[in-house]
Amino acid sequence: MKFRAEKRIDAPVWMNVVVTLLFVSFAFVAGGLFLYTQGVPPLSAYWIILRSSFGSGYDLSETVVKALPLAMVSIAVMLCYTMLIWNIGAEGQALLGALAAAAVVRYFPAESRVAMLSLMAVAAAVAGGVWAGIAGFLRVKWNVNEIITTLMLNYIAIRLLEFFIYGPWRDPSSLGFPMTKPFIDSARLPTLWGTRVHMGLFALLVLAVVMEVIMRKTRWGYEIRVMGDNSRAASYAGMNYFRGVVGVMFLSGAIAGFTGMCEVAGLQGRIQAGFSAQYGYTAIIVAWLSHLSPALSLFVAFLMSSLLVGGAALQIEMGLPLASAAIFQGLILFFVLGGEFFLNYSVRLDLGPAKGPDAHEKYAGGGG
Amino acid sequence: MTEGRGAVPLVEMRGITKRFSGVTANRDVNFSVEAGEVHALLGENGAGKSTLMNILYGLYRPDEGRIFLDGKPVIFRTPRDAIAAGIGMVHQHFMLVHTHTVWENMILGVKDTPFVLPKKKIINRIAEISGHYGLQIDPSAMVWQLSTGEQQRVALLQMLYRNVRVLILDEPTAVLTPQESVRLFETIRRMSGEGHGVVFISHKMREVMSETHKVTALRRGENAGTVATSETTEEALAEMMMGRKVTLDVNRSRLNAGKTLFEVRNIRVLGDRGVEAVSEVSFSIKQNEILGLAGVAGNGQQELCEALVGLRPLLSGEIKMNGCRMEGSSPRRFIREGIYYIPSDRKGVGMASGMDIVSNSIIKKYWSKPVGHGAFIDWRNSAACAKRIIEDFDVSAPSLHTPVRNLSGGNLQKLLMGRELSEAPKVLIVMHPTWGLDVSATRYVREQLLAARENGSATLLISEDLDELLALSDRLAVMFKGKFMGLLDDPASVPTEKIGLLMAGAPVEAA
Repeated sequence: MKFRAEKRIDAPVWMNVVVTLLFVSFAFVAGGLFLYTQGVPPLSAYWIILRSSFGSGYDLSETVVKALPLAMVSIAVMLCYTMLIWNIGAEGQALLGALAAAAVVRYFPAESRVAMLSLMAVAAAVAGGVWAGIAGFLRVKWNVNEIITTLMLNYIAIRLLEFFIYGPWRDPSSLGFPMTKPFIDSARLPTLWGTRVHMGLFALLVLAVVMEVIMRKTRWGYEIRVMGDNSRAASYAGMNYFRGVVGVMFLSGAIAGFTGMCEVAGLQGRIQAGFSAQYGYTAIIVAWLSHLSPALSLFVAFLMSSLLVGGAALQIEMGLPLASAAIFQGLILFFVLGGEFFLNYSVRLDLGPAKGPDAHEKYAGGGG
Repeated sequence: MTEGRGAVPLVEMRGITKRFSGVTANRDVNFSVEAGEVHALLGENGAGKSTLMNILYGLYRPDEGRIFLDGKPVIFRTPRDAIAAGIGMVHQHFMLVHTHTVWENMILGVKDTPFVLPKKKIINRIAEISGHYGLQIDPSAMVWQLSTGEQQRVALLQMLYRNVRVLILDEPTAVLTPQESVRLFETIRRMSGEGHGVVFISHKMREVMSETHKVTALRRGENAGTVATSETTEEALAEMMMGRKVTLDVNRSRLNAGKTLFEVRNIRVLGDRGVEAVSEVSFSIKQNEILGLAGVAGNGQQELCEALVGLRPLLSGEIKMNGCRMEGSSPRRFIREGIYYIPSDRKGVGMASGMDIVSNSIIKKYWSKPVGHGAFIDWRNSAACAKRIIEDFDVSAPSLHTPVRNLSGGNLQKLLMGRELSEAPKVLIVMHPTWGLDVSATRYVREQLLAARENGSATLLISEDLDELLALSDRLAVMFKGKFMGLLDDPASVPTEKIGLLMAGAPVEAA
């Protein structure tokens, strides 16, 4: 008796949904076991996560605040992933965007909010885009692995940012804390409904719609999908793979850079050390869990962010390390990707012919 | 090993049924091979030949039915079991490790090989077998250095090294020159003379008629009949296979070629390894003309094709379309000028196989109206265009949104041909258009190429199938090691042996 897997031709949509939900719940069962070993009753832990992320208007708004960059960066990276270009450097691209925005505020302050914010947005997008574009260029020109370069560029971006906030841009009145001067008012993104949710929310919604349209309806989106499916077929059809990769990397980096600018202009109003809280990496998980769909990523980012917020609450209320939230994220990704196996293959029990094993033992070795 | 014919068969498959998620690939098939027999297995693509042989070779397990070896039931879980029992298979794509030597490939997966390899013993054994069966090979050559024909010899040796008694050959002559085929048949005769059983899968009727003792035809997964080769005809076999009368020949009408459309002068092209793959090749093609290009695969045909459509840069030389210089232009300019290309690697180059039929149908016109609409793509017009190709070129597909990778080989090629031919190409570069296709799809593809010729296309047809080249070409060139060995104006009047000699690199005078 043995399990056999056979390739499935096309899994229907309902099966996708059911399998994904099923495996997400498996992840929570596994997470519950982990909590149990830590001496924490799983159900009350899950209750804390729910309550702390959705319990009140304020909690909900905080969850949205954290979901914003996650969704935006995941839209940035999924663009590359559709093309099978593995940009894992959104973190660095976001940092660079923030840095460029801060530079604009420092050296070209403007009274008008529209002028100031647009200038910051452009600077951030260009900075992030160029940062990612470097890796894209190296990839198509000399076939340098973009996973390595984007990751390495992250570290350079972090050090660069530290150089400025510890050095020339440090606020003299910050009593030695590594941070820039607060941004001027015109450089702050307006917040909404008296919460910390900022105008970036609208930018995100517009971005998601625009990206859906680009991917589905435009010639460029079509090219990206063909290049991702088969780059040789793309060249054969006369598509320019070189321009495609560099272009996609630039746009991806630009979106990430813009995210970085939204974070500093919407939340802190200055750059502090370690402001990005690893969104760049969590967003990769979000991109995959949402099957590279910008629309779906809004939803997934929201759920992931509730885990982040809930993780913080678990730390406070139950004394669990903050890393437990990361464990949950990992478990969910692990289980959902594992579940994909069942979408691609149908598994059944193989009983074999009745006298199978005996006959096998007797004759299989006898020939030759 | 000397049981007479008609005694207990060497291997017998009884009542084999195999289903794949709802599709029945084999239904209640009986098939047997006797000692000393060369048994041809015929059938259209999808008739279940490969499934049946993969069951015999232990790659699949049957849902119903049994396999008997010398009259005793056996069960193969893996090819290793099958080989241990004396059944070997040489696939169309050889399962060899290219970066290893011939002798290292011999012992792959041989269970009782000692940890420290007895190189000398192995090499002696190879020399012994290859001398006996006429399979000359240098045991210390690296596999990647060998020609396709030599690699096939290695694959054969690999099986003989394991003492197999039944050998399955999957379309072995598709990759050989006529001379190499003759040598292969000598080896096969030698094997059958010693009491081995050989299963010979082929689409080439002539070989089946002259080289086999028995023929079994499969049709839609069922055994359509087993007959002695000496008591049948090509036509009868085709009818058995198709279930109806078929004519195998296509009619090439007399046509006067038009003006010269496509000219290539002294082009040199580098291959992937940085070695010159095409040297100083010149030719021209006229409207309403098919120029055939014969040659064993790997002699620069691939690189030549890529250069002719702008996918590979030229080292030197000229390409002229309608008198205009084309070298250095982007692939897209070649397409816009009406130069279309049907590559041999249909899934790897010709199609984005994870995408649906609609997306693949517009791959060469998504930038222009009516499919392209400014920066956008008009998916309604795209679907209409895909639908037209499917109807005009007789592609059978569950829906327009089926991923191309789920189409059968024949339908995939029809879709690819349809996409290129529906653009009314001025120049058509076609490589191995009927590779792996069954009789009816092959015939269909050939008819379409002739129709394109009548509509004015200038066609370069690259093929390894001499019968195909002779049936379709107005002129024939032969390529060997990157060079044109000769250009024959009336190929049908030239003896096959002469073309074969050119394919093997003999100079024109000698041939």
